[in-house]
Amino acid sequence: MEAAYAITTDGLTKKFGDFIATNNITFQVKKGEIFGFLGANGAGKTTAMRMLCGLLKPSSGKATVAGYDVYTQTESIKLNIGYMSQRFSLYEDLTVSENIRFYGGIYGLTRSAIKTATAELLAKLALEKEAKSLVGSLPLGWKQKLSFSIAIIHNPAIVFLDEPTGGVDPITRRQFWDLIYEAAHAGVTVFVTTHYMDEAEYCDRVSIMVDGKIKALDTPAALKTTFGAATMNDVFLKLAREANQ
Amino acid sequence: MKQFLQFLKKEFYHIFRDRRTLLILFGMPIVQIILFGFAITNEIHEAKFAVLDQSNDYYSTRLLQRFDHSAYFHRVKNLQSPNEIAKTFEEGDVKIVIVIPPQFGKTFFHERKSTIQLLADATDPNTATTLENYASSIINQYQKDITKEEKLPLTISTDYRLQYNPALKSVYMFVPGVMTLILMLVSAMMTSIAITREKELGTMEILLVSPLKPGLIIVGKVVPYIMLAFINAIIILVMGVFIFDMPIKGNLFLLLAECGLFVLTALSIGILISSITESQQTAMMISMVGLMMPTMLLSGFVFPIESMPLPLQIIANILPAKWFIIILKTIMLKGGGLMDVWKPTVILLGMTLVLQVISIRKFKIRLS
Repeated sequence: MEAAYAITTDGLTKKFGDFIATNNITFQVKKGEIFGFLGANGAGKTTAMRMLCGLLKPSSGKATVAGYDVYTQTESIKLNIGYMSQRFSLYEDLTVSENIRFYGGIYGLTRSAIKTATAELLAKLALEKEAKSLVGSLPLGWKQKLSFSIAIIHNPAIVFLDEPTGGVDPITRRQFWDLIYEAAHAGVTVFVTTHYMDEAEYCDRVSIMVDGKIKALDTPAALKTTFGAATMNDVFLKLAREANQ
Repeated sequence: MKQFLQFLKKEFYHIFRDRRTLLILFGMPIVQIILFGFAITNEIHEAKFAVLDQSNDYYSTRLLQRFDHSAYFHRVKNLQSPNEIAKTFEEGDVKIVIVIPPQFGKTFFHERKSTIQLLADATDPNTATTLENYASSIINQYQKDITKEEKLPLTISTDYRLQYNPALKSVYMFVPGVMTLILMLVSAMMTSIAITREKELGTMEILLVSPLKPGLIIVGKVVPYIMLAFINAIIILVMGVFIFDMPIKGNLFLLLAECGLFVLTALSIGILISSITESQQTAMMISMVGLMMPTMLLSGFVFPIESMPLPLQIIANILPAKWFIIILKTIMLKGGGLMDVWKPTVILLGMTLVLQVISIRKFKIRLS
């Protein structure tokens, strides 16, 4: 039963003093699923994600990531996940291939594995000509695609994406999602937070967080039916309005 | 280990691709040494002096020859009577007049003591004092040599002795000072900036999510700067020794080991700064105002600690720089060994330990 899930949480809670950032959340993410983690700013998305990545110790509740416990097995978790943050996370003063080598290196890939991975990655992104350019000189869209590809260079079981498409144009965003689909096809579980409701439609299932709690969790289609809304945007607004009343 | 090497390689890419960093790292020590060495100096070369030699005997001539041979003095005038002294000063070129009384040699031997008058132009008091000191030390040396030659206890009345720096060379003050300043700058400021940069760019988060251990990340960020700081220390020492004739009387290995210790102290400060700040700007401001200024002004580098008011003396005591300068001077100028510097060494060790414990705590708090 456990083995079917990439992530499980049970009553996961994080308090900062009196403030409850994440309040008793329970959900499961299936293996190979694209799981959208939605919510307004300050709803507790980032806190939840940081707990799952082993960056933050939960106050109470249980959670496992790739089968490992978030309290005691953070080392194993770190080896099995990839992470891409909302802030662009490559080194601008390093070249494309130096970035690949560095991140491959800190995940313990061998020299030959890095070499093959670099060649594949550059071919996939059509960046062969830019291998020796500094990352800082690339357009933002390319950087983001590169950033994602590097986040999964060590073939993690799960990849966490924290608002990965902030600030890029719709076409690049679409291309970015093609990469996500490709990774999911290859069996990587994708856990993604986003502001863009159109992106929520691309996910297999989405959860919507309001004020630290998960208010809804289902496939985009089922959510739209339940809330009688035409788009995910309407679903989101309805939930947010409810919370304000 | 391989991960760690990969990390180090990345750090060196950062350092060598950032021209500003490189300039600060290697331009700074050279510029500072040159500035302090040649421009900002209180040494005086070829000061013009006049002589009123009223005895004109063998001994007075020999004494004056010593002045002529000294690099600090240059004789421009021989006066005939005391009336000329005031006029000479008024003309402005002459900074000091040496007056030798009549029958200098005779009195010297009969009464076994004699007096020489030194008249200095005190419109510039610093120059006057410095010149007086130079002159006194030349006279003293002369007296000592004569005493040895004639096997008689003879005295010329000026009893001014300058230990360890008989030539009052300012280089002896500033080489230890510049070294302290540079090591502080490279170690504390550069590391705190390098670490906060990763925070600012968001890459620190990625590193923390990676299997690299947090401790290893910090060590990886710091090791390149230990190496660079050490290279800098060596550059300054080499320049001091070969360009400015700075002596290293003590053990070179002890000296380098103490440099290593001070680098660690400064690095701990850098790590501490980076653990309490989020941006490079703040880290730089804290390092500049909180470290560089006190190191410059309160460590005894520029102003003597003994003449500071008590509160400032107390502050000086908690500056690692003060203790490091003491260590440097003791080893380089006095040839002191470990037994002579154990106290400041223990103080530096203690400071390092305390700083590291605090930094590790802070870092852990950030993570949980």
